Amino acid sequence: MSSRAGKLLSGDLAAWTATLAWIFAILFGLMLLIGAPFGEAIQGFFSGAFGGRRFAFLMATLSRSTLIIGMALSVMLSFRAGLFNIGGEGQLIAGGLVSALVAIMLPGPPLLVLASAIVAGMAAGAAWALLAGVLQVYVGVPLLVGSLLLNFPIRFIASYLVAHPFRDVASGMVQSHLVPQETWLPYFPGVRLDIGILLVAVVAVATIVYSYKTTHGYHARLNGLSGDFARAVGLPVTKLTLQTLAMSGAIAGLVGAIAVFGIHHRYVDGMLVQPLYAWTGIIAVLLVGMIPWLVPISGFFFAAIQTGAAGMERAAEVPKEIALVMQAVIILFVASRVSGALLSPPSSEK
Amino acid sequence: MLDLLLDPAFLASVPRFLTPLLLAALGGAICERAGVFNIGLEGMILTGAFAAVVGAYFAGSPYVGALSAALAGLAMGVVFAEFNLRRGGDAIVVSIAINLLAAGLTTYLLRVIFDVTGTFNSPDIAGFSAVHMPGLAGIPVLGPLLDGQSPLFYLSLILVALAHVFFARHRLGLRIRAAGENPAALKAGGVNPDKVRLLALMMCGALCGLAGAQLSIANVNLFVENMSAGRGWIAIVAVLLTRGRPWPLFFITLLFGVVDSLSFRVQGLGMPQQFTDMMPYLATLAVLTAISWWYRKSRT
Repeated sequence: MSSRAGKLLSGDLAAWTATLAWIFAILFGLMLLIGAPFGEAIQGFFSGAFGGRRFAFLMATLSRSTLIIGMALSVMLSFRAGLFNIGGEGQLIAGGLVSALVAIMLPGPPLLVLASAIVAGMAAGAAWALLAGVLQVYVGVPLLVGSLLLNFPIRFIASYLVAHPFRDVASGMVQSHLVPQETWLPYFPGVRLDIGILLVAVVAVATIVYSYKTTHGYHARLNGLSGDFARAVGLPVTKLTLQTLAMSGAIAGLVGAIAVFGIHHRYVDGMLVQPLYAWTGIIAVLLVGMIPWLVPISGFFFAAIQTGAAGMERAAEVPKEIALVMQAVIILFVASRVSGALLSPPSSEK
Repeated sequence: MLDLLLDPAFLASVPRFLTPLLLAALGGAICERAGVFNIGLEGMILTGAFAAVVGAYFAGSPYVGALSAALAGLAMGVVFAEFNLRRGGDAIVVSIAINLLAAGLTTYLLRVIFDVTGTFNSPDIAGFSAVHMPGLAGIPVLGPLLDGQSPLFYLSLILVALAHVFFARHRLGLRIRAAGENPAALKAGGVNPDKVRLLALMMCGALCGLAGAQLSIANVNLFVENMSAGRGWIAIVAVLLTRGRPWPLFFITLLFGVVDSLSFRVQGLGMPQQFTDMMPYLATLAVLTAISWWYRKSRT
């Protein structure tokens, strides 16, 4: 573990400086294009990511990190097992949608409703991931395209459900009714940050322990490093694949539930798609070469870029979409240096 | 059902769906044959769609629009090559970054150049108008499909035939196949496989750019954020299923195009829009599943 982290951070100092110089040159070039005042833009960036009255913006960053880190942990389990599950978005939507609908329809004591909704959301996420897994294992549909294509149907199913049968018509928006207020995740005292981040922290610890300390995690990782070897030593590869995908999907589903009960308090059409949580989670994992304990840090980093860009827009009228460009450029320059060989499928599978 | 399939309005709408898929899939096929695992088609299409609108708006000509789309796509291909081939980044990682880069750059430049978010719509975007050729309209049944389409549709049909000859006989086409199948032999022959792959990526980018141009200045005259809407992924499925062979590629994208336009038609019959929206993806999944199943069965 430490040797891989070392490889990640060390390397040629000059090369890293050049990389950073490139990234900043591209950013400043883009800002120059619109003649934005650099000083105000940078100040806006930092206050947008970490500042605000009573740290309101920092809380927004943490709230966004919660979802990004959750999605990152979800795909990390798959990636480390050699499974190119890029359908996190669909699993996230399935989880958010189902948990919201369960909470709206199920009567009962709030805590029980919340717990059932979260469990149902996790089950829905797991089921959606398993669908892609079953298609790969039993039919031979490559997981990479199968999981990706499954993002689209669920997106439209969710859109239909909150546009027609479950729509809160009076609100005038395409969204479901509010989930009962008693089921909302409480805020930490004095700040606008829900306790969802604690749930993700638990997941983070659990995935690290799972990856390094359990036999199942070890087998899954082995399967990722060499599927042929795993098969040759008699590991139940099919079962490992499906179980790993189910875990990935369940985490994604949990993240969807956190977005519902902690942030939006209902299912709003597009709320899990537009901010690209799933894709940001994927690049957060790739940035740090899939090293589990670094994932929360890189998730926070990307969340800060997004909220910082919003701050930059407020302060210096730089379109906040620059955040996406920044992320892509960072991934191009950095991830191509660190996580190369880890992800490519062995040539026999291509 | 047969009535629906022979309906001239339906037939005339098939190329709208077929052309972008076919152009992008041909691009993907070149990468596939060259041994580059490019799943960044989506981003290249989106880049092309945006550049086409920019070119058509400022030059007032759809041909300039298409040219700028091809060039912008080509530039994305060069970026891909730089990070994948020269810097050794993983193809999947680079692809994901290319897709994000395209989404980011187009929305950012949309605001910088046109000062709008979401959609840019202006009467000054010079889109392609339908090309009418004498004789085509008179062909029974297929007349409405073949006549009165955008020039890019005819180009895409020509390109299928050209691609077939290209891979079978042309020197670069053969080198591209060698780069995919046996790069060591290519190297031994004194040709750098990565240079061949760079050319493949440039061609792929240009074709995807044209696919984007069909979306933004032929099917409609506007740019919408993320208007590629998964077509790059559907094109990748077509490439994977046919291993990048041009004629099978044509028929499978034709199948997807027919299904897409059918679902567009049934929207008029009272189906909720969300269901018709998901049709293309379900159809792709269904075909993918059926063919994968058949492959697996025929192998064992």
